[in-house]
Amino acid sequence: MISEKALNAILMSLLFCVPLWAWVSDEPFTITLATRAVIFALAAVGLNVALGLGGLVSLGHAVFFGIGGYAMGILAFHAQTYSPLMEWPFTISGTKLMPVIWLMAILFSGAAAFIIGLLSLRTTGVYFIMITLAFGQMFFFFAISWPAYGGEDGLSIYIRNSFPGMNTLDPIQFFGICFAILSLVLWLNVRLVKSPFGLALNAARQSSERVEAVGLDPFRLRLIALVISGMICGLAGALFADLNRFVSPTMFSWQMSGELIVFIVLGGLGRTFGPVAGATLFVVLEHALGGIGEYFLFFLGLLLLVVVLFARGGLYGIITGRADR
Amino acid sequence: MTLILIAEQILNGIQFGFMLFLMAAGLTLIFGVMGLINLAHGSLYMVGAFAAAAAAAATGSFLVAVAAAIAAAAMAGVIVELAVIRRLYVRDHLEQVLATFALILIFSEGTRWIFGSFPLFLDIPSYLSGPVSLPGGIQYPLYRLVLILVGLLVAVGLWLFISRTRIGIQIRAGENDREMIAALGVDIGSLYTFVFALGAALAGLAGALVGAIQSVQIGMGEPILILAFVVIVIGGIGSIRGALIGSLLVGLTDTLGGIFLPELFKLLVAPDVATSTGSALASMSIYVLMAGVLIWRPTGLFGARA
Repeated sequence: MISEKALNAILMSLLFCVPLWAWVSDEPFTITLATRAVIFALAAVGLNVALGLGGLVSLGHAVFFGIGGYAMGILAFHAQTYSPLMEWPFTISGTKLMPVIWLMAILFSGAAAFIIGLLSLRTTGVYFIMITLAFGQMFFFFAISWPAYGGEDGLSIYIRNSFPGMNTLDPIQFFGICFAILSLVLWLNVRLVKSPFGLALNAARQSSERVEAVGLDPFRLRLIALVISGMICGLAGALFADLNRFVSPTMFSWQMSGELIVFIVLGGLGRTFGPVAGATLFVVLEHALGGIGEYFLFFLGLLLLVVVLFARGGLYGIITGRADR
Repeated sequence: MTLILIAEQILNGIQFGFMLFLMAAGLTLIFGVMGLINLAHGSLYMVGAFAAAAAAAATGSFLVAVAAAIAAAAMAGVIVELAVIRRLYVRDHLEQVLATFALILIFSEGTRWIFGSFPLFLDIPSYLSGPVSLPGGIQYPLYRLVLILVGLLVAVGLWLFISRTRIGIQIRAGENDREMIAALGVDIGSLYTFVFALGAALAGLAGALVGAIQSVQIGMGEPILILAFVVIVIGGIGSIRGALIGSLLVGLTDTLGGIFLPELFKLLVAPDVATSTGSALASMSIYVLMAGVLIWRPTGLFGARA
């Protein structure tokens, strides 16, 4: 049994050192896998702000992941076809610059989270789950039936977008960018949990009435949490699209939303680094079980069932020996 | 855009609505009585469709296929309830969502294991195929008319069952106060298993009936599951009446929106833009409907509690 802090350190150094080792021994595929894990982790950390801290069981976070993906896809598509994004009232052209794409991904997913939050946070409990799920489907079907950006077939981007001073086509450099972002967001997340806002949000999860009684507005706290959460997921979506150089409506699919929750619970609900552990475990299992048979999802289902029924603390609960949340 | 076409589309919407009702009734009953959000309800629909396709292939009889679908889905429901669902009633919604999400993965991949990845086909029997003439010169497929009739019968039967029979009384009592009816000597465990199996059987029936007009394939349950969620959110969770009204609203909006929105846009903008914009908006129309209902009534049309 080791402490949570030690496990955090082990996890992050493993996630950093394995790709480094793969770089030295020239195995780019392992680096790509690690990048995939890091990006999934980032998205799950985003969801965790709403789910773990705010207690908002959203089954529609693929919306923000997908918006981030399409922000990248649309901007890069216009840049690679040299067509303007819009001409009226002023001309906006596409871009291949990652920082600009990230900013757009964050802005638009944040705006979507704000609007979805305004509507869905009027409800609680099981209604909230179903409404977020329905909003997810709304975006999914919109992306499928909107032909301008590939519709059902998705959108391919031929060359990975650029970051000043880096060669993003080199897998280890792109991994470095993603890992740096994940570390920064995790650090901000730790700060957020301890901040007055984080404490109030946590309190609102435990007892909405008491928070109201001391003069705070639970609706506003949750709305802000949802917007922050959506922004992080959007950023992860933009990175995910850049990793694959491809965006498609599957980024909006409700299975994606479900998997984001799975990452959190596999890792351990209520732990800041839990989503990182869960996403890493998922990618490792996906790779390992994908090798011996194509029934990976069957075993994932069984594992998930066992974790939910019998090991409620997830990976963190098992290793640190404490099942509390 | 003739009157006959409009009438046909309205009938299609009603037919789709009644199939949604078979799904939504089970979901809303399970939530109302046990407080369980069951994502795996779509898997029971799929189980019903596959059982029907397998039974039809073996015997050639459509009625046997439908019976097999109901039996297989109810049986799967009982097994799942006893093995997994039973442990979830006391858990919070997040754990229910996750465990039933896990069940979807297990059901889908398990079905792929048994039947392979290719879609199966279930044929409409000869005595139910072909069109019938309705008043006003409308030619409408007999099978779809039968679906409307079956849906209507199930709705009436369910209403009689819930309001007139002893088990129905126990179910309604269980919705209000489960400790009290347990104290009065009702075996709450087997009542829960029964309600779950009833919901599963309705889902299986829907799977078999819809399987004959669409292909029977892995993952067929999830799109209709999500629509059924929209239905019960609109109708109010726990209310059978709400599920019926919600189903018809969603069925009509979805069918009519898909046909008429592109036509409507053609009056305003160029045809190719109109078709794409219209169909994109049509696919979102039921969610807009849902959002509208929720702004007006956050617990749905007939919902009492959040």
